[in-house]
Amino acid sequence: MRIHRRTLLASMGAATAAFAAPAVIGQTRPRVVVIGGGSGGATAARYLARDSDGALDVVLVEPTRTYYTCYFSNLYLGGFWGLADLGHSYGTLAARHGINVIHDWATGVDRDAQTVTLAGGAVLDYDRLVLSPGIDFVEDSVPGWSVTAQNRMPHAYKAGSQTELLKAQVENMREGGVFAMVAPPNPYRCPPGPYERISMVAHVLSERNPTAKILIVDPKESFSKQALFEEGWARHYPGMIERVGPDFGADNVSVDPEAMTIDIDGMLEEVDVCNVIPAQKAGRIAEIAGLTNEAGWAPVVPANMKSRMDDRIHVLGDASAQGDMPKSGFSANSQAKVAANAIRHELLEARLFPARYSNTCWSLIADDDGVKVGASYEPTEEKIASVDSFISQTGEDAELRRQTYEESIGWYNGIVADMFS
Amino acid sequence: MGMRGGRRQTGKAVTAYRRATGALALALGLGLGAALAQPTIGAEDLGDAEKGRAHWQDECADCHQIGPGAANDIGPHLNRVFGRRAAAVADFPYSDSIRRMGRDGLYWTLRTLDAYIENPYSLVSGTRMDYPGLTDAEDRADLLAFIRLHSDRPSDMPEAAPTARRVEVDLPPEVLEMRGDREWGEYLASECTTCHQRDGAASGIPSITFWPEERFVVAMHAYREGLRPHQVMQTIARRLTDEDIAALAAYFATIDD
Ligand SMILES: Cc1cc2nc3c(=O)[nH]c(=O)nc-3n(C[C@H](O)[C@H](O)[C@H](O)COP(=O)(O)OP(=O)(O)OC[C@H]3O[C@@H](n4cnc5c(N)ncnc54)[C@H](O)[C@@H]3O)c2cc1C
Repeated sequence: MRIHRRTLLASMGAATAAFAAPAVIGQTRPRVVVIGGGSGGATAARYLARDSDGALDVVLVEPTRTYYTCYFSNLYLGGFWGLADLGHSYGTLAARHGINVIHDWATGVDRDAQTVTLAGGAVLDYDRLVLSPGIDFVEDSVPGWSVTAQNRMPHAYKAGSQTELLKAQVENMREGGVFAMVAPPNPYRCPPGPYERISMVAHVLSERNPTAKILIVDPKESFSKQALFEEGWARHYPGMIERVGPDFGADNVSVDPEAMTIDIDGMLEEVDVCNVIPAQKAGRIAEIAGLTNEAGWAPVVPANMKSRMDDRIHVLGDASAQGDMPKSGFSANSQAKVAANAIRHELLEARLFPARYSNTCWSLIADDDGVKVGASYEPTEEKIASVDSFISQTGEDAELRRQTYEESIGWYNGIVADMFS
Repeated sequence: MGMRGGRRQTGKAVTAYRRATGALALALGLGLGAALAQPTIGAEDLGDAEKGRAHWQDECADCHQIGPGAANDIGPHLNRVFGRRAAAVADFPYSDSIRRMGRDGLYWTLRTLDAYIENPYSLVSGTRMDYPGLTDAEDRADLLAFIRLHSDRPSDMPEAAPTARRVEVDLPPEVLEMRGDREWGEYLASECTTCHQRDGAASGIPSITFWPEERFVVAMHAYREGLRPHQVMQTIARRLTDEDIAALAAYFATIDD
């Protein structure tokens, strides 16, 4: 089946038609297909639809019916947030904004014909394509680990069942057992994410299993908000957390999921729970579309998030290689708005505005102990460059930390409203 | 510096040191165009405490107490207010808004008090201090000199860092009257709505929906100048131009979602 713009329009229900300005009903509207309904894709679809008053045919392709945010999934592990509160559906995007949400996988992109093929067999043509497929894991980046072993050694780096599984494993770990994390090399999604996770696991263990130990096997010399995390760990979870860096061979690691062991440069560690976060690359569809570089990411034009390989395609979020912005939900959301404006300019002659990018990442270290790091960014020819930044300070008073945590809840509610409401 | 050599800032001795150089209150004084025409105080300037006593009676004493035995009243007592963190008097039922500012790191200094007295809402949007502001910069300097008499610790001295930092904020009245480009504002607002929900729902992050334009403008200038504390907001505001701020204000005042 090949869905053409006209047939698609005709098949849209009355509710959707009510959103379209009468003048465009029955005419061919330019179509934007968005692949991936996460932080970048849902935001882009929503801004494209709501700012164009029905003048664009926005199609969102996303296999899952409920999007579980990775943000706050660590807080769920720590018992601070409910699983249901992580999940968001696409109903409002369809009902309120007239977006055609198709729950399917995109399996192919024909850039010459300007079509996207779905797993279910449909072929969609597009005037502009937006890709925000998130990440996939680099095969064999941790020898011994593969997705077939992900139940014995969960990654929990795409939220949902994996996160539930890891939580259950932490909670049921034997008394005095070892929780290990194999941390990812740069670049990866959410730079402070693994260390916020360590904090949350430590929080659970210090309450339920205080003699347990945590081992971080980290191929990186240093990590995001390191001073803040280390200060917090020493204060809240003294003696529980040990981190092994590349100086002790953590850049040469393999695992045995059957035996539940980690081999750190020849030294064998037996562990009880093992969270393997492999090296990452752009979501596979970006590679299928031929938009990625040797490193596995999709280079983009800093001013508008267009693929450097194809100026009818924008790549957003984690999958993009853009410069200084961290791979975060906040970043993807920020980039989506710039791309949506650029697309509406090209297809509808809307006013074009200069790109503004920003990011803030909050992390929770313990009960009421929140920290943040953030920056604003500007496009240069070569990359999106950080122009101004801030970070929480060590030694801040408890009241400020509590407020920072509350602020993160405000942000969570804000960004999901900005994506799904 | 005005206060060198152990000179006490009482009465005329201090007035003699007043200089009409700093443009301290300007970022916040915009709502009040008249203030701009007048010389404004710099951080090292204090007024005439005797004149200030009269202003205290007229402007403050209905709600605040000061001096020996002062207690909380409609407003908190103002003994030792210089150098104190905002919302720090025990047992006083402050507004959430000023508590938030206190947690963010708002300290009462000559500079911040001057801004607050000039236009309370410009510094603390949701303050319950129901006071229209004292527009005349000299009157404020006098009043603060009086209040300052009751804050006599060395660390309160206004010329001690960081209060002594002179900020030249040059905000002509046309900035305030600037008509914001609403469409530009709507685009820029997408940066705000990652955290501040468009429909005004607030949880941990305050609502900025339907703010009067002027309140919005003064608040953003205050962040940009670093008068209002908050890391995220200062970083966001630092790259906004006057036009950007006017545009955002125009959008949020009439937001329709
Ligand atoms: C533990 C953890 C904590 C985090 N905490 C934070 C935080 O506090 N703040 C923050 O800002 N960020 C945080 N992040 C990072 C954030 O989740 C990501 O950076 C962000 O979601 C990236 O957005 P995206 O649009 O690129 O990808 P995603 O949000 O992952 O969305 C990609 C979507 O594309 C879909 N998709 C993939 N391939 C296809 C295909 N072929 N066809 C159709 N659909 C497809 C997927 O199903 C998915 O829904 C965290 C991440 C983790 C793992």
